[in-house]
This record gives sequence, C-alpha cells and structure tokens, in this order.
Amino acid sequence: MEIASASEDVLDSPRQTRSPRRVQDNLTIVLFLLPAFVFFLLFLVYPILQSLYYSLFNWKGFGPAVDFVALDNFKRILTDRIFMKAVGNGLLIVVLSLTLQLPLSLALALMVGRDLPGRVFFRTIFFMPYVFSEVITAIMWLFLYNPDPERGFINAVLILIPGVKPQPWLGSLTQVMGCLFVVLTWKYFGLHMLLYMAGLQNIPQEIGEAARIDGANRRQLLTYITLPLLGSTIRTSVYLSVLGSLQVFALVWIMTLGGPVNASEVMATYMYRFSFVRFWLGYGSAVAIVMLLISLAFSLTYQRLVRQPDYLSGM
Amino acid sequence: MRKSILFLSLLVALSLVLAACAPTPAAPTEAPPPTEAPTKAPPPTEAPTKAPEKVTIAWWHIQTMEEERALWQKLADEYMAAHPNVTVEITWMENEAFKAKMTTVMQSGNPPDLFQSWGGGVMNEYAKAGLLKDITADLDKDGWQDTFSPGALGAYSFQGKNYGVPRDMGMVGFWYNKDLFAQAGIDKPPATWTELLDDVEKLKAAGITPIAVGGKDKWPGAFWWEYLAVRIGGQAAFDAAYSRTGAFTDTPFVEAGKKLQELVALEPFQDGFLGATWGDEATLMGNSKAAMDLMGQWAPGAFADNSVDKKGLGDKAGWFPFPTVEGGAGDPADALGGGNGFVVGKNAPPEAVDFLKYISSVDSQRAQAEIGLSVPVVKGAEDALADPLLKIVQQGAAAAKYFQLYYDQAMPPAVGSVVNDSVQGLFAGTLTPEQAAQAVEDSAAQEIK
Repeated sequence: MEIASASEDVLDSPRQTRSPRRVQDNLTIVLFLLPAFVFFLLFLVYPILQSLYYSLFNWKGFGPAVDFVALDNFKRILTDRIFMKAVGNGLLIVVLSLTLQLPLSLALALMVGRDLPGRVFFRTIFFMPYVFSEVITAIMWLFLYNPDPERGFINAVLILIPGVKPQPWLGSLTQVMGCLFVVLTWKYFGLHMLLYMAGLQNIPQEIGEAARIDGANRRQLLTYITLPLLGSTIRTSVYLSVLGSLQVFALVWIMTLGGPVNASEVMATYMYRFSFVRFWLGYGSAVAIVMLLISLAFSLTYQRLVRQPDYLSGM
Repeated sequence: MRKSILFLSLLVALSLVLAACAPTPAAPTEAPPPTEAPTKAPPPTEAPTKAPEKVTIAWWHIQTMEEERALWQKLADEYMAAHPNVTVEITWMENEAFKAKMTTVMQSGNPPDLFQSWGGGVMNEYAKAGLLKDITADLDKDGWQDTFSPGALGAYSFQGKNYGVPRDMGMVGFWYNKDLFAQAGIDKPPATWTELLDDVEKLKAAGITPIAVGGKDKWPGAFWWEYLAVRIGGQAAFDAAYSRTGAFTDTPFVEAGKKLQELVALEPFQDGFLGATWGDEATLMGNSKAAMDLMGQWAPGAFADNSVDKKGLGDKAGWFPFPTVEGGAGDPADALGGGNGFVVGKNAPPEAVDFLKYISSVDSQRAQAEIGLSVPVVKGAEDALADPLLKIVQQGAAAAKYFQLYYDQAMPPAVGSVVNDSVQGLFAGTLTPEQAAQAVEDSAAQEIK
C-alpha cells in the first residue's frame, strides 16, 4: 500500500509541485514523531522481541543463552496445571471486577456526582486509595489481615461478635482470593468512580431536563439517558479493568507470594516465580509472551466487538 | 502520502534504534575498564608520592537488627580509619529483599564487591556464570584458610576454588519455651518423633500453640521435611539422590512426607500459619505465644528483636536436637544446617579481599559471637558465645558426622525452590507425600546433571 501510494505521488506530480514547504512539513512531522517512536521501539518493541528470543531457550539468566529448545517452554506452560490455575485466578478477578467492582464504582459516582452535602469530601476519600502505592497498600492490608486477633484489626473486630472465630484470611486456601479481591477493589474503585464522574459531567443537563418534563422517573432517567450516554466511559473502564486484572502483580506478590500453595497464583506471579526464584529466565520469558498474547487477544477482540473504540473519551 | 511519511519515519527511526541498540548488549564487555582502573592505576601514582589510589568497596549484608548493623559499621569505620584511601559503602537489606535484588543485580552482571551468601547451590550458579572472584590464592597466603573450620569453609568453594569465606555455621534444631513446656506437664524434651507428637498433644490439651511456623516463606516448613529425610534416610539417601544413582522418590523422602503429615494432622501450628512469614513466627516465639520452633542459630536474636519487650525468651529458652525417627537409618548426631558468609564479586578491588580478611579476624568473630550474630567459624572465637544454647548448637554442628546443608542451598536454585513449594503443599494437605517427592525428583532430574 505505502509503496504504491508513494510511487503514484512520484508519477502524478511533476518535480516542481514538490514544494520545499511540503518537504519541510514532512520533516517536521518526522522530527516530532521521532522521540516518541524511538522510545516506543527501545522500551517496548525491543524488550518484547528479546523476550521472544529468550523464550526459545532453556536459559538461567546468566551469560549467553545457548540451550535452544524451540517451543518446549510453551508446550510446558500450556500443560502446567499451576499455570492454568493462574489463568483461572486471573479470570476470576476479571469476572468479579466486572460484576462487583465496576457497578459499585458507578453507583458511588452517581451518588457522589450529585449535589449532596460533603460530596467533595467523599470524592477525595474514595479516590485516596488509588493514590497510595501498591506496596504500601499491600503492607497495610497485611497488618489488617493478620490472623492473630491481637495483631490483626479485622480479626480483633470479628471476635467481638459472639460465636465468631478468628479467620486465617490470607493463610486459607479458600479465603485468600476473596481477601485479595477486597484489596484490589478498595484500591481501584476510586479510579473507576472518577472516570464515571467525568463521564457524567459530559452528559448535557438539558437531555435529563427534557426527559423529566416528559415525565420520566428516576429509574427511566438512569436506564434510558444516563447509562447509554455513559457508554464510551463504561467501555473505557471495562477495558482498563480487564487488562489491569490480567496483569495484577505487586499486591499479590507482597501479600501472598501467590500462595498458600498457588491458591492465589496469577500469571504475573507465576512468571516472576520462574524467572527470579527458580532462575528459569527462558521459561519466564515464554510466560511473558503468553501473557502478552492473552492481553493482545483480548484487546483486539474487544476493539472488534465494541463499535466505538473511543477509549479515552471518558477521560 | 501520509502513509509514505509514516513509512519513511519508521525506516529512519528503525535505523536509529538499531544503531542505538547495538551498543547495549556490548555494554557488559565495555564495562570492565573503569573497574580495572584501580588495578592499572597504581604504577604511575606509586612512583612519585606512594599515595594509594582511592578505592570504594560496595558491601551488602542482611543484618537489619540495630546491634548487628552497628557492629558491621564499626568494623568498616575502623578499617577506613586505618586505610584512608578505602571507602566501604554498606548497603543493608532485609533477607527476602536482598534475595530479590540479587537476582536482578546478577543478571545485569554487576555484583557488589562483597556480599552475603549461604554458599552452596546459588553461589555455584554465580560462580559458573563467572560473577564471582576466585580468592583461593588469598586464602592460601599466610595461612588464612587455616583459621576457619574446614567444613564451614567448604560451603564457599566450588570445583576446588574458593569464592568467599564463612562467618557463621550452625545447625537447625528446636528452640522451645521451657515455661510453656512445664505448663503442659512436659518434664523433658522429646527424643523421638513419637514423643514429639505426644508432646504436641499435651501442649494442645493445655491450650498452648505447640509449634510456630512461617508457611508463607516456605523454607521454615521445608526444614521439617529435610530433617525428617536426614533422620530416616541418613547420608546415603541424600547422596544417592543427589548423585542421581538414586532418586528423591526413594522411600526415605516419601516416608519423610508421611511423618510430616502425621504431625500436620494434629493441627499443631498457629492459626493462619500458611500465610505467616518467618517474622510472624519469631514474633509468636518471642512473645511466648507458641511453645517451639524448628529453626537455625539466628533464632534467639530474631525472637528478641520481634518481642514486645525486645528481650525475647531469656531464661525461658531451651534447645533440643531434632528427635530421632524410629527405624531411621540416620545417626542421631547427623545435622541439618548451614551458615552465613560473604563472597567476593568479580569486579572487586584487591582491597575488598583484604577487608574481608579484616572482618573475618578472631577479634571480629568474637565480637559477632558476643552479640549472638554469628556462631563462629574461626578457631579461638567459640568461647565468646555468650548464649549457652548457641554453644550447644556450635558444638553440635562441629561434631556432626554427616552435615547436610539446607536443601535449598545445597541444590540448584530451581530444585531448592521446588522443595520449598512442595513441602508447603504437604503442610497445606494439597499434595500427598508421593506427589511432593515426585515434584522434587522431576526438578532434580532436569537440573542436576
């Protein structure tokens, strides 16, 4: 395509029409694009290609990679039960985020977005967890979840209720994912709430007023006016949420190391364990590539499915 | 037209990036010159004034406790005072943070000059990759190597070359709270596995948490399985499996898992132990919330540091060796253990080795022993151990006929990590003893050649 159009240009236009101004314009465009493009290649494309290369080796991370194993690493990943568990946990976080976290954020945005007394206060409070670093969040919640009622706040409160026993929380194979999801929600609902609030502000008030004059009740206003007009924001929010859920790492690694016994393993912790605990950098690179493909597949399908891939309009 | 511009810019950018990329992989080979400088530099400076070249030694250790940190700093200050041209830059980190940082530093090919090591498998990987400095010649000089107990020094050699020196060597054993044992009506520590299980039940009946364990960190739990294998299989079982004439699926290793699950079935651990760290474990012990703990020589210091009153168990502390297992092939004097030391990075200046010598002196070892930082490995420093229990640990380790380094240090990192992960599965009841042994065997078959 490019070559065709370029040659057409040459054929159609005599030399004189290739004005110096046009050349200068092109040069300007190239120069402006260049820095971003160089960084893009250097810090995104090059590492991906490098991972792809190492993923074909059995490589410990020291010295040059020499033990070529072709696609063995990928075969092993796709047949590993623990990797499947990690994918399952990732999907669980995705599903819970979409069904609980986003509706909660939307509900709060609708409430806080109104002219309620103290809304600025609540807006600030709700957004605060998002500002904390993941490490600080994780350590703070580690204290809260401590199973010893004398040290962990949650259990300390819990045992005040008669007949309730302290819970192991992060030390339990069955509770650990729920515990982590609470923290993820606590940390990220503020971001989504803010997105929705920005989206709500973009809806012209006149539409709501007109509907009200026509006798629409609150519920009808929400379902026929607010939600449809919030569409592009919701799509953005879903997109960010799914990709974030698939790549969650720091919170899980600090709080549980993916344990107990892989109960809270996610793809990124799995990758980290193999790369930096077991020193299987080649295998870890292969996991990174699989993660990339999963995220890419989601992105492309999502763009295809959702007609207007106008992700940033809500922001 | 627009597309052609894009194409053009892509081409330009690509060529630029390729040009920019080329030097990046080459960087490590280019790096040496600055580090070589100190060795090359002396001749010109020596000739006119004899003022030695300024040298910086980067030293990473993992002592986070106030007193221990202060001792290292004091030794560095003393050395710097005596050698004004040398600057010792100390970086201290918490154990797990250190391990995480080491992996990236080592992959970048720039190790610190002097850093914490446990010897064994991980160190061997570094040595194989040429990231460590061979200090065998320095050890041979002036009888430096004779100052160490040979077993401890051996952990820092690989294929006949020494890459570092030990500062501490001890064995894993049970640290227990005498008061809590007395409350449960236990008059003497258990000598056999059956007695241990009985005592666990007595402690539980008395409403005391029998055992503290940090399940999240995995290695504290792995000690149990490893020690059971030492008792059941003796040296022969490990040697066979490690030399690949046998396997980790051999009876002793499966049996170790079964014994461990007998214990797990009694629910002897604190609530939520699978999510607990070694720090949580030490906190329970230090505050007398649990009766015993299977741990190495660093335990009493950590108990004190993590206790509310910063005193730890004090007189209440007791120690007993891992009980024998009925019918086991191991000798009761066999020990599982290991120690700490410092190894030298490949780019270290000669001064780093001299400084290492300084901090490994008898006087330094005595100072370390006095504050319970190290169970000494330099001859003549043993009697400085203030803690009588640590003396027992020191003697036990020195007298062991078969001394087994912790599995996660003795074997390549991948196998060690699988041991730790699999034993966690035994603790959680998600793996059978056979499955756990099989997982270790699979990894060993791939990694140990």
